[in-house]
Amino acid sequence: MSEVKTVENMVSIKIDGVEYEAVEGEYILNAARANEVFIPAICYLTRCSPTLACRICLVEADGKQVYACNAKVKEGMEINVNTPNILEERRAIMEVYDVNHPLQCGVCDKSGECELQNYTLELQVDSQNYAIPDTKRETQNWSSVLHYDPGLCIVCERCTTVCKDMIGDAAISTTKRGGADIDKAFKESMPKDAYAMWNKLQKSLIAPSNGTDHTNCSDCGECIAVCPVGALVSRDFVYQSNAWDLKRIPAVSAHSSDGFAIYYETKPRSIEDRREKIFRVTNEWNYVSLDGAARFAYDFENEGATKDEAAFNAAVEAFKKAGTIRFNSVITNEEAMMLQTLKEKMGVKLYNPEVRAFQKFLNHYQAASGRSLWSTDTDAIMKRADFVISVGAALRNDSPGMKYAFNNVQKLNKGAGLYFHPVADTLIPSFGKSVECFNHKPGFEEAALYLILDLFADAQKLPEEVKAYIDSFKTSETKTIKEKVDKTVKELVKNEETGEEEEVTKKVKETVEKEITVEKNGLIDLLGGDSEKFPDAFEKMMKKKESFSMMVGEDLYFHDNAENIAKLIALIEATTTIDVVMAPPKSNALGVALICDLDDEASGYTVGYNENGDFRLSALGNGDLDMPAMNQQEGTFTTMSKRVVPTNAALPYGGYELNDLMKVLVGAPALTIDWTPMLPVEKGYRAVAFDALPNRYLNNGTEDRGYLLDITSTEAALPTVEKFDEAAALEGEIAYRCNPARQFNDFTDKSHEIFEAFGVYVSPAKAEELGERVEIVFDNGSIVMDVIADGKMEGDIVKVSDFRAAAGVYDLFGGSRYKNVTIKKV
Amino acid sequence: MGLEQFKNRNVGTQEYKVLNLQESPKTPMAKFTQVAKRTFKGELFVGLGVTVREMFNALFRGQMHTVKYPLEKLPISPRYRAIHEMLRLLESGHYRCIGCGLCEKICISNCITMETRYDENQRKEVSEYTINFGRCIFCGYCAEVCPELAIVHGPRYETASEQRASFSLFEDMLTPIDKLSLQQEYDGFGAVSPNADENIKKTPLAY
Repeated sequence: MSEVKTVENMVSIKIDGVEYEAVEGEYILNAARANEVFIPAICYLTRCSPTLACRICLVEADGKQVYACNAKVKEGMEINVNTPNILEERRAIMEVYDVNHPLQCGVCDKSGECELQNYTLELQVDSQNYAIPDTKRETQNWSSVLHYDPGLCIVCERCTTVCKDMIGDAAISTTKRGGADIDKAFKESMPKDAYAMWNKLQKSLIAPSNGTDHTNCSDCGECIAVCPVGALVSRDFVYQSNAWDLKRIPAVSAHSSDGFAIYYETKPRSIEDRREKIFRVTNEWNYVSLDGAARFAYDFENEGATKDEAAFNAAVEAFKKAGTIRFNSVITNEEAMMLQTLKEKMGVKLYNPEVRAFQKFLNHYQAASGRSLWSTDTDAIMKRADFVISVGAALRNDSPGMKYAFNNVQKLNKGAGLYFHPVADTLIPSFGKSVECFNHKPGFEEAALYLILDLFADAQKLPEEVKAYIDSFKTSETKTIKEKVDKTVKELVKNEETGEEEEVTKKVKETVEKEITVEKNGLIDLLGGDSEKFPDAFEKMMKKKESFSMMVGEDLYFHDNAENIAKLIALIEATTTIDVVMAPPKSNALGVALICDLDDEASGYTVGYNENGDFRLSALGNGDLDMPAMNQQEGTFTTMSKRVVPTNAALPYGGYELNDLMKVLVGAPALTIDWTPMLPVEKGYRAVAFDALPNRYLNNGTEDRGYLLDITSTEAALPTVEKFDEAAALEGEIAYRCNPARQFNDFTDKSHEIFEAFGVYVSPAKAEELGERVEIVFDNGSIVMDVIADGKMEGDIVKVSDFRAAAGVYDLFGGSRYKNVTIKKV
Repeated sequence: MGLEQFKNRNVGTQEYKVLNLQESPKTPMAKFTQVAKRTFKGELFVGLGVTVREMFNALFRGQMHTVKYPLEKLPISPRYRAIHEMLRLLESGHYRCIGCGLCEKICISNCITMETRYDENQRKEVSEYTINFGRCIFCGYCAEVCPELAIVHGPRYETASEQRASFSLFEDMLTPIDKLSLQQEYDGFGAVSPNADENIKKTPLAY
């Protein structure tokens, strides 16, 4: 495997006479931004394709007018940001944007952070030269969270672009506005680009792309984030607060393992009640895209907790007699460190079924590969990769960051993708033309990895027995196919004019039978693919591809042969050029896996931390002792990008923290964050104080948040992998432990803007068959759930939600994500 | 965005400065000397002289200046900044405030708070509005910044109350609907300038 694929070549350019360095092949706009030079631009989004809707980024490069968002820098290029002609164009464009724009800035939710306001002032538009009759545009609610006011929309298409290029839902697109035609006189009198931009603007508006009034999407709200004006607002936030009244607290999303950088925005909730409340969550949308849980699941704070001394003393007693502490991954690194200290000093067991499988998997991977962690992350994939493979991750549900990266590679890097998963998903193939989906039987994950080895591995490096094993699936058979062949036939034709016979040559199509040898790869058929069609498709997919990445998901950690799978992944890394990223299951699973020494079994008196137990510490407010929720505490997370990132407290908390218990039990420093420099250095953490951790993005998109884990790498011999058992695949009625998108844990469930219900998610066809409510019988228990149809699912496997800890779904599934079940109608 | 504000965890221990005052006399003798000195300085009689002169002028030369407050009140300048009033639109009677929050933002003593919501008519409704008169310094910024001439300073300057912090709510300040005809346009802080029309650039209309 190779660490650095492309040495980024720098070129020197001149902007307004000043020399700057820029990355070769970069767009002028991005190069300028990286060098802190301002070029106005409205419609461009970093990490998405240029739409050329606003045309305001017009600059002069080497004497020619170009759009900075889609012209690339060249060595020695001389760029002028402002020429008299360009200034005239820009001013005209801003005037056009202001035509018929409602003068309701006073009530608009975007006022104060509106790009239309900013650019109108920046370009000093103080009078209007253009006019057109307005079109009636009605406010619409697109979904349970999206509110669209077309009256304010300037059709910059940022929402549609981000939805297509980044999120992958493509749930909104431009539609016909039905507006009046522009007065012909303007064509002559106004600047060219401004006229062209107006022409396009006057014809379109935004609407759900499925032709209805409602979007069918994951409700991530990224369109709201990128909207430069107040056209798209969260339904819950409409007219609630002005942007400037809100205090921004930099934090980390506590739900998925992506560790998205977010800002909680707070202010007192009302005149009578001066307690702070989170009004919304925002993000640096140019550099990070959030999922629905990160954006809308924010009000899960443990409110009204007080220092209840009796409960605290009871908790101390509970810890003293505890045999096990059961917890999940919604926990900071510092708290994980505390629990580990408790284990070391008091000998309690740490039980965390959510993370334990992942930790074991990671250990197997480390042993097999010699590397302490995987080699890439989703940001690097989006930047570089042009071929992505996903194995064992329900992309739409498990890991939004991976879904975005998978989609972004298809859209922006002209990429291709392979998706291996037992549950068919209709969204994944829509990411791009070169996406092949394999919906294999659960249990065949190893077959998928063998196929990847077959397709990508360097035959020289691959061990002989593995090669032989893969070849054992291949058969070649001779097949007779019918082929049409052109045949030249000579005919004697009588010329009617002369009466003479002439010889004429004719081409005739003829069907000929031909024998060919067809290579058949049994692995492909085993995985539910078509071994006859796939080689051709794969050849097309591989054209001009240079950088390969593989995403590994939770299914593999909970696989019966997880050890062999970890070895196969190490083998793939060693024998191919594929970089690997693994999705830690939920929140801070990676932090817990690295810091805590987890046990397989719980025993004795159990203290549950946000989990079931004999004594319950809970940040949900329903336990025996209150704990602060993630938006009420400071600390660090370890994210999928192998980064340790700080999060700050957005809301006050009045009760006891875990650190207070630690002080009484084994002694502890004053503050929770005093644990930050004590995180285990041998696992890659650094002895850096919490307050010294940076938390920002640089103008060139560099993520300057916290620090990257130090990764150790030792030479390791190629792992010996085992054959897989073809009989081990699950048949019959299968349940899959998988949450709906936007739901991850009890905290997302508590949030009022998350509506996805706890239930069993099935394909529409299956929903009809099952009815409204079913009992799902496992071998160690059963659960009664509502049936919810998911229009993007196909096939018979049902997805059972696990986000409510109290429901004990983890215990039902035991060590795997797929189980044979009996489903009964109730 | 700077992270400094999140690093200060010592809430409530701001640094106060102590004034450098002269020391008070300590011994009884020193105290007595200070009182005696202050009492028998000639200044006492200078002030008394002024009083006597003015009394003479008022009683015998017809130069009485006193207004018999509270029976009589002097008219005050329109620029005077007393208790706020919230005005209504003359035609519809609807309150003028659009809930833009500029007054709340500009208020230097942070005494204005408002709540807004999305109402049934898809408009921004000001559901509650309050001024804490215990904190208000009557600077007039709110009236100046208001784009709708909705919040103005009225002439009511009697602000004594039983409590140090006396709040006024939206309906307290709004012109009563039955007295709409008596509502006075405001000429003071924030009012439209007399030459406003000259400064307006017209926007073309396509109708």
